[in-house]
Amino acid sequence: MSTERLQELLIRGLDGDSRAYGEFLSGLSGHLRGFLIRRLSGFPSDVEDLVQETLLAVHTKRHTYDRRYPMVAWVHAIAKYKLVDYLRARGIRDALNDPLDQVDELFSDTAAEAIEARRDIMKLLDQLPAKQRMSIVHTKLEGLSVEEAARLTGMSESALKVGVHRGLKALAAMVAGK
Amino acid sequence: MKTDRLIGMLATGVALEHRVDPWRGMSVAIGFGALCSTLLMLKLIPLNPDLDKILLVPGFLQKLGFSAAIAVVSLMVVIRLSRPGASLGSLWQALSLPVVAMWLLAAAVMFAADPDARASLFFGKTWKVCPLLIAMLSAPVFVGTFWAMRELAPTRLRLSGAGAGLFAGATGAVVYCFHCPELDAPFIAFWYLLGMLIPAFIGALLGPRLLRW
Repeated sequence: MSTERLQELLIRGLDGDSRAYGEFLSGLSGHLRGFLIRRLSGFPSDVEDLVQETLLAVHTKRHTYDRRYPMVAWVHAIAKYKLVDYLRARGIRDALNDPLDQVDELFSDTAAEAIEARRDIMKLLDQLPAKQRMSIVHTKLEGLSVEEAARLTGMSESALKVGVHRGLKALAAMVAGK
Repeated sequence: MKTDRLIGMLATGVALEHRVDPWRGMSVAIGFGALCSTLLMLKLIPLNPDLDKILLVPGFLQKLGFSAAIAVVSLMVVIRLSRPGASLGSLWQALSLPVVAMWLLAAAVMFAADPDARASLFFGKTWKVCPLLIAMLSAPVFVGTFWAMRELAPTRLRLSGAGAGLFAGATGAVVYCFHCPELDAPFIAFWYLLGMLIPAFIGALLGPRLLRW
């Protein structure tokens, strides 16, 4: 998928088109995987964990994307940040002998074949406070509308929205090892 | 867990999620921080009693303009650093502009002054407290800017911390202008800048720890 197409999907996703947004994330995950397989050649089992951590970061930080600028630079900066953070946390330095500043590098490879990640983000849901967990389970996993979820949980619609937002942020922080 | 499942979860109901206005937090932090800083100044160190007489004196306008220019440019730096992939571009030059201008002015004043008067132009009467008071007045904006940046996505953490600290320092200096009795360019060029660099330095130290996401 071309980067122009990905950018278009992202923008439609930001405007609320969840099918386009899912396509964007799928396309992006292939590029991320290809990029990380090459960069983390010594640690293949960590690739999928990092793909997922980066996708979660892209999602929870999507409000920092400025549509006037190319999506590639924004995504690359996030992917690079997550990779460097990952390597630093494990005290690995030599993987960064090649500079990471080529924005195109992220989009030059694709690896669609996903292996199972070691960490199960769905299990981390259990550690969230009840309101955040319920908000995510009903609107993001079961796909209920906000009205239905509000009726089911007795929470207000705005409390549900905030619950999803805070819950995903908390998940991202857990995954980032904070 | 398969990545497709995560993607499904993230994409489902994306329209229903709470939308974050990227700059609301920053505006709140700056407004609230500047207000706290002003109150702190009024509470701890009085306004300059001669303020009405010096408001239009070149020395006062120079130090206010110097501090405000650094505040504005460093805020632009903070905003750029908060977005992944945005480059600083010509902001480095823009940031050095007020500093260079102030230093040239200071050099000119020193050069023209009687050699015996140079020490007092540089040290003024308050050099011992000036940088520390500026650093103290920067604290509320410092806290606010860090808090706001955590909601965004800085990827160069040390630089972002330094930028946030410099912005806080420059805001502190703007507030401090209304207390400070000094009006000579050599004093401003050195001690004000030092006062702004203290929080910038602390920010650089704290950035990697506090801004990580």
